[in-house]
Amino acid sequence: MSLTLVKQRTDQQTASPRRVDGVAKIRGTALYVDDLPCADVLHGATVRTTAAGGTLQEVVFDPAIDWSEFVVVTARDIPGMNAVKLLENDQVVLVDRAFRHAGEAVVLLAHADPEKLGMALKGVSLVELPNTAPIFDIDAALAAQQEIIPGNIYTDYLLDRGDVAEGEHLADVVIEERFLTPSQEQLYIEPQGMLAHLQKDGSILVEGSMQCPYYVLDALVQCMGMDKDHLRVVQSTTGGAFGGKEDYPSVIACHAALLALKAGGRSVKLVYERGEDLRVTPKRHPSRTLISLGANKAGELQFIDMDFAIDGGAYRTLSPVVLSRGVIHAPGPYKCPHIRVRGRAVATNHPPFGAFRGFGAPQSIFAMEVAMDRLARKLAMDPAELRRINLLRTGDVNPTGDVVGADCFAHATLDVALEHTHYYQRLAEYRAWNAAGHQTRKGIGLATFAHGAGFTGNGELHLASRVSLQALANGHVEILCSNTEMGQGAATTLVQIAADALGLPMDRVHLAQADTSRVPNSGPTVASRTCMVVGELIQKAAGQLLQRLRETAELAAPHDAQSFAAACARLCAVAGDTLVTAQYQPPTDMRWDEQAFLGRAYASYAWAAYIAEVEVDVLTLETRVLDFTAVQEIGDAVHPVIVQGQIEGGVAQGIGYALYEDVLWNERGVMANDRLTNYIIPTSADLGFMHVVLLEGGLGAGPKGAKGVGELPMDGPAPAIVNAIQQALDIDICQIPVKPEMLLELTMSRGN
Amino acid sequence: MSDWIRPRHLPEALEILATAPGPYRVISGGTDLMVECHLAPERRPESWLDISGLRELQGLQITEEGIRIGAATSLEAIRRHAEVVAHWPMLAASAAVTGAPPIQNRATLGGNVCNASPAADNAPTLLAYGARLEIVHHHGSRWLPYGDFHLGYRKTALQPGELLSALWIPYPPKHSRGYFRKVGTRAAQAIAKVSIAALIEVNSDGIIQSAHFGMASVAATPCALPSVSQYLLGRALCDIADMQVRQKVKQDIAPIQDIRSTTAYRLEIASRLVLEAIHKRSESKKEN
Ligand SMILES: Cc1cc2nc3c(=O)[nH]c(=O)nc-3n(C[C@H](O)[C@H](O)[C@H](O)COP(=O)(O)OP(=O)(O)OC[C@H]3O[C@@H](n4cnc5c(N)ncnc54)[C@H](O)[C@@H]3O)c2cc1C
Repeated sequence: MSLTLVKQRTDQQTASPRRVDGVAKIRGTALYVDDLPCADVLHGATVRTTAAGGTLQEVVFDPAIDWSEFVVVTARDIPGMNAVKLLENDQVVLVDRAFRHAGEAVVLLAHADPEKLGMALKGVSLVELPNTAPIFDIDAALAAQQEIIPGNIYTDYLLDRGDVAEGEHLADVVIEERFLTPSQEQLYIEPQGMLAHLQKDGSILVEGSMQCPYYVLDALVQCMGMDKDHLRVVQSTTGGAFGGKEDYPSVIACHAALLALKAGGRSVKLVYERGEDLRVTPKRHPSRTLISLGANKAGELQFIDMDFAIDGGAYRTLSPVVLSRGVIHAPGPYKCPHIRVRGRAVATNHPPFGAFRGFGAPQSIFAMEVAMDRLARKLAMDPAELRRINLLRTGDVNPTGDVVGADCFAHATLDVALEHTHYYQRLAEYRAWNAAGHQTRKGIGLATFAHGAGFTGNGELHLASRVSLQALANGHVEILCSNTEMGQGAATTLVQIAADALGLPMDRVHLAQADTSRVPNSGPTVASRTCMVVGELIQKAAGQLLQRLRETAELAAPHDAQSFAAACARLCAVAGDTLVTAQYQPPTDMRWDEQAFLGRAYASYAWAAYIAEVEVDVLTLETRVLDFTAVQEIGDAVHPVIVQGQIEGGVAQGIGYALYEDVLWNERGVMANDRLTNYIIPTSADLGFMHVVLLEGGLGAGPKGAKGVGELPMDGPAPAIVNAIQQALDIDICQIPVKPEMLLELTMSRGN
Repeated sequence: MSDWIRPRHLPEALEILATAPGPYRVISGGTDLMVECHLAPERRPESWLDISGLRELQGLQITEEGIRIGAATSLEAIRRHAEVVAHWPMLAASAAVTGAPPIQNRATLGGNVCNASPAADNAPTLLAYGARLEIVHHHGSRWLPYGDFHLGYRKTALQPGELLSALWIPYPPKHSRGYFRKVGTRAAQAIAKVSIAALIEVNSDGIIQSAHFGMASVAATPCALPSVSQYLLGRALCDIADMQVRQKVKQDIAPIQDIRSTTAYRLEIASRLVLEAIHKRSESKKEN
């Protein structure tokens, strides 16, 4: 295919201005929640259940401790509803009696002296009647011998297009596999934490590390039984999140607010230590996929049949949404007439799993992409060729029954990736190397995928996001939105989009702190939506502001920063309204049937082909990624260096997912490797070379055709790496992480 | 609150240790101790004896028989030392894979040994080179072969009031070659799953004159492989039966399953590495 349609980025540096938050972070002046100046603060701590579900019989306070020195909060102190506000009110803020997993909060304590607090924590003992047969496994949950909820199923989805039986009939070659993916910890640098203050007027202010200030506000409204006017949520500088700070900050905020309410005006800081953060906060859903693929002799897919199940943990939280994204992405970017994906989110006695970059898609894409390589092998076909035969093109019908428009670059990304890596040449070189009996084996593997940006289906419509721009008399403009900078570069990107649309230099535009008393609700900072959806709204608001300045303050066209400032001053002088607001309008062709999984699931898909080259040590079976190439079509790279950083970071997390990261559970279903010395993420010494190639088709739903980029780099690495290792060692791998211990078992059992 | 003493001279330090033995905790680079204090704050010592100011414990000196390394010398200084790189390349290599550069700047060789972790990265090297320890007390000093230092899991031969002052390492025999390899959980900042150092001397007839091994993370303490060494001694390289070597390795080590690896992996990889050391005896190979 010709590549003339897509622009390949080469000018990454010049198009990328300095980050607006860079200097403060480099100089250490940025204030994270634990750094916020606060006199006379009390420190909070949490007493948690120890059994993997059961009932709480009694809470015993050690009589040797003078409890009057402490602020003590239990479920009885909750003024509002004892439920964490999410999709369903099934999770309590504080355990009263029944509980479902180890690590649920029961008692909150606060004291000015952290050491005394530490001792007091040990002075509270819980009398629990433990659940005798906890469930920690997806298939055990589905067997439903013991029930946590009816049938142990939170959500049961079915994407069913065509007729799989018919596809089976047409297929000449069929493969069947079972794949497992583990949980994964986000491992943001800054652990979670909140600081709560009871104000003189009786209102409560909560500041802290979070992705979604309005989620936190809604949770506080429900738990504190107060109205929005008496609650204020402010995001402090947030040191990484990756989805981990989507839902759980609501829990900590409620806890901190409850303590503050009882602390008589003293502020309460509840900041988790790394170990506590690892043990209790949500992580990526483990998954189990049964997959069957069939193709005719020419390699054309005839059917895709998947049974995709994820472990939701002990409460529903975000699992239905994660599942939905997993189901939609499961069949990949392929043309196939008969597709059935059954998706279930099951209940277990693990702490609830939650959002993590990719949100269900990395799990199902892993299964699909490794299965594609199995199918290629059975067809005696090159895996790249099998993909080329099946990748979607404009005019094809995609797995959700939508006709693919012009914005389809599946083939372009594959072509560029093969060319960039000299794929066929490498393949031959590695074959020769492996045959020569060296100390290592090498392989090259790929994954092709597409990732939808923004909320699924009608989600954006329900969010009805609003963004405001505020013109100041000095000609500066403030962006008011609830979207958060958490290290990913959103602040810079949004300022850049606004400055660009307003025709101003970037230093005239500022992103206001995400403070619910000031900024409108522009939706959560999740789902790769910020640049595409919120950026588009900012662009729209900028147009409105320019129009107002032209109509009521004689702004000339074209303008520069000076004439713009003069017009702003005139507008202020006549006391004109300097605030404009834009609200989300769905694209006209966006139709989505949530029940049937039919229609247009996302406003835009970003297309990708990722290629991993690996080397495995024959002696120790350690795997090293030699080179990783990510060819990524993203519509338009607003800030190419930030985009590249997102992709490199996502690939690094993907390498971790593929090779190193393994959440180990103790017998009570709590993370056992709860330290950085034993939860292994890759270091810079483990990553190999990364090559990011950006293609810009310019047809996305965002400003200048941009698409979301945040999550997608997580989808490709694990299957590409596993495919490369399978090729290098000539074995089948059904599970990640691919640790040397597993490879030793696989190679030894083959040897026998 | 807590008491921190940083003496300038060894006698002063030894006197403090001898007169008030129990409560003073020796701290060198602190890279093990700080972690320990954080994990178990209730066991945090009240009184600290900081040995980083003791000149007698610092630096590397070449002697006729080998090298003397002050116990408080940083791993960074050791791995960059030209004589170490030239004559004891396995030590340069093991120091270079201990943690990562920021750790090596503070971590000391004495601390690595006295902390007595079964996974200590420099322990195999010191065992293979046949290091000797110089141990000092207010009342005098003594020598101890490093092989006799580790008595049990995290238990050393150091008596109350004693300090490790230096490590002495002899020159390797003329026709010997070393093999070092650490297999960790990742390429840097990793705790060893298995690691090995071997020093094997072979004469011109291909007969093994001596074979010394040190391994980490395969037993409760860093350990030598006496049965393997004995099997190899006097044997021609071409007469070595790999199955026999594997048997002897099994006798010499007692690997466990833990959060980092499995017994099966440790046992198999230990055998493979020992065989590799015998057959290849390549110069110290560092991983990554
Ligand atoms: C992030 C990180 C990564 C690490 N990675 C590795 C690794 O890869 N491999 C590895 O082996 N270790 C590793 N360590 C552990 C540690 O860095 C090493 O063991 C280091 O060599 C300890 O030296 P130190 O001077 O810091 O010891 P300290 O912490 O000061 O002391 C350790 C112990 O030895 C005692 N001690 C110290 N010196 C003497 C002396 N002269 N006489 C008597 N007793 C003494 C102390 O009382 C204490 O019990 C790591 C540590 C960290 C924090």
